[in-house]
Amino acid sequence: MNQPAESLMEYQDRDGAEMLRVRDLHAFYGESHILHGVDFDVKRGELVTLLGRNGAGRSTTLKAIMNMVGRRTGSIMINGTETLGMPAHRIPRLGIGYCPEERGIFASLDVEENLLLPPTVRSGGMSIDEIYEMFPNLYERRRSQGTRLSGGEQQMLAMARILRTGARLLLLDEITEGLAPVIVQALGQVLVKLKERGMTIVLVEQNFRFAAPLADRHFVMDHGLIVEEISAAELPSKREHLHTLLGV
Amino acid sequence: MTMIFGVPLAVFMGQLLLGLINGAFYALLSLGLAVIFGLLKIVNFAHGAMYMLGAFATLLGMRYLGINYWAALLLAPLVVGLFGMLLERTMLRRIAHLDHLYGLLLTFGLALIFEGTLVNFFGVSGARYPTPEALQGGFQTGFMFLPTYRAWVLVAAIVVCFFTWYMIERTRLGAYLRAGTENPALMQAFGVNVPLLITLTYGFGVALAAFAGVLAAPLYPVSPTMGSNLLIVVFAVVVIGGMGSILGAVLTGLGMGLIEGLTKVYYPEAANTVIFLVMILVLLTRPAGLFGKEA
Repeated sequence: MNQPAESLMEYQDRDGAEMLRVRDLHAFYGESHILHGVDFDVKRGELVTLLGRNGAGRSTTLKAIMNMVGRRTGSIMINGTETLGMPAHRIPRLGIGYCPEERGIFASLDVEENLLLPPTVRSGGMSIDEIYEMFPNLYERRRSQGTRLSGGEQQMLAMARILRTGARLLLLDEITEGLAPVIVQALGQVLVKLKERGMTIVLVEQNFRFAAPLADRHFVMDHGLIVEEISAAELPSKREHLHTLLGV
Repeated sequence: MTMIFGVPLAVFMGQLLLGLINGAFYALLSLGLAVIFGLLKIVNFAHGAMYMLGAFATLLGMRYLGINYWAALLLAPLVVGLFGMLLERTMLRRIAHLDHLYGLLLTFGLALIFEGTLVNFFGVSGARYPTPEALQGGFQTGFMFLPTYRAWVLVAAIVVCFFTWYMIERTRLGAYLRAGTENPALMQAFGVNVPLLITLTYGFGVALAAFAGVLAAPLYPVSPTMGSNLLIVVFAVVVIGGMGSILGAVLTGLGMGLIEGLTKVYYPEAANTVIFLVMILVLLTRPAGLFGKEA
C-alpha cells in the first residue's frame, strides 16, 4: 500500500507545471470546420471544466486532443511533447485517459474484461482491488455483460477502466449526463478522490452545479472558441455573467 | 449387415465421415472469413485464392526446395499470411474507409489475378501431392476402413479451430480484437495500435486459409481453380452461420459437411445443392444467420 502514497508525492512535487497546452487549435470533420483556434492550458493536478452550449465544440476539443477528428492544425502539447503529428494510438501512452460521452462500454466483453481492456500506459495506476473498493457495484457485477449495466454503472465502468492504466491526465466527456442525482453525487466524490491523488482532469460538463464546486478553473466555449476563463475564486462574482453565456 | 434406413452402416458412416472432413475445410475457411469480416468488415473474396496459394506453396516447396509436408504445414501459412499482410498494407487499407463493396471487388479482382497467373504457368488440370509417409494407410474401425490422412485432417482442423476460438474468446489479444471490432476509434484512444491489429488479423485469417490449403494438398488435385470452386460453398456456410461469428463459423462448417454427406447417401443428386437450400431456409427465417446477432 506504499505505492499510492509515493506516487502522490511525486505528483505534488511537480504541481503547477503545465500538463496540457492547447494553442490555436483548429479541427475539421470533412468539410466542416468545428474548432476555430482554441487556446487553453491545464496545470498539473488541476481540475478544469469546458462549459458551453451544445455544439460549442467542447467534446470536439477532447476528441481533437486524442486525434479522433478528421484534421487538426495548431499545437497540442502534453507534458511538454507536441502531439499534433502523433498517430492516435500513441497519444494515450503519454499518460492520458479518455472517457467518451457515449461511454463506449463494449458489449462483447463482460465488466471485468472491459475494466482490464485498456492497456497500461504508465506505472502507478490503481490496482483492480482499489478500483473495486472505489466502485463496489462493479465488483458485484463483474461477470455481467458490459452493456447490461445500468447507465450509472456503465459510467462508473467507463471511468474506472481508465484509472487502472496509470493515466494522469483524464479527459472526461459529460460523465453526469442522464444520471440520477445520487449517482451524480457519487461521481463527484470520485472526482474529489482522484484530485487528491494528483490527477489532472479536464471535464466537459453540462451540469454546472456539479462542476462548480470541483473545478479550479472554468473555460467557456462558444462557436469553437474559448470565450471566457473564470477561476474558482472569480466564480461568485461572475455567476450571473456565466449564466448568460451558457444560456441557462 | 446393419442397415440404417435401408443403407448399409459402412456406407452410411463412410459418407458421414467424408462429409465431416469436407466440413472441416468449410470450418477452417469460414472461420478465417469470419475473423476477417469481424474486424475489417471486408468480404474477402480472395480467401479461396489464399487456400489455393497454401496448397501451391506446399506443392512447389516440395518440388523446388525439398520442403516436406510437416514443414509446409508451418511455412505455407506463414508465407501466405505475410503475403496477405502485404496486400492489406498496400491495398485494402487504402479503401478501408469506402463502402464494403469496394473491398469485395478488390479481393475478387486479386483472386482472379492470382488464379490467372498460376493457370498461365501450371494449367488447370492440377497436380498430385503425395500423402506424407507417416499418414499413409489407414485402420479398420469396427464398421469401416478409415484412411489415416483423413482422420489427421479432421483432428488438425478441429485443433486449429479450437485454438482460434480460444485465442479470440479467452485471451487479452482476443479481447482487443473483439473490442476493436465494436469501436476501433476508442481502442486507439486507449493506446491500442488498431492499424497493426487489422494487418495481423488479415494475415491470420489468410494463414488459416493457407493451412487448409496444405491439408488439402494430398487429398485433392492441386490446381489454380481449387479455391474458387470451394469458396462459393464456404460463403453459403458463412451466411448460414452468421457473418462474424467465430463459433458459428466452425459449427456451421462441420454441420454443413455432415448434411452434405447425408444427402449423398439418400439423394446424391442434391448433394451439391443442399447447402444452398439450407442457406435459403436460414435466410428466410433468421436473416442474420444461425449464430449471428440480429442487427
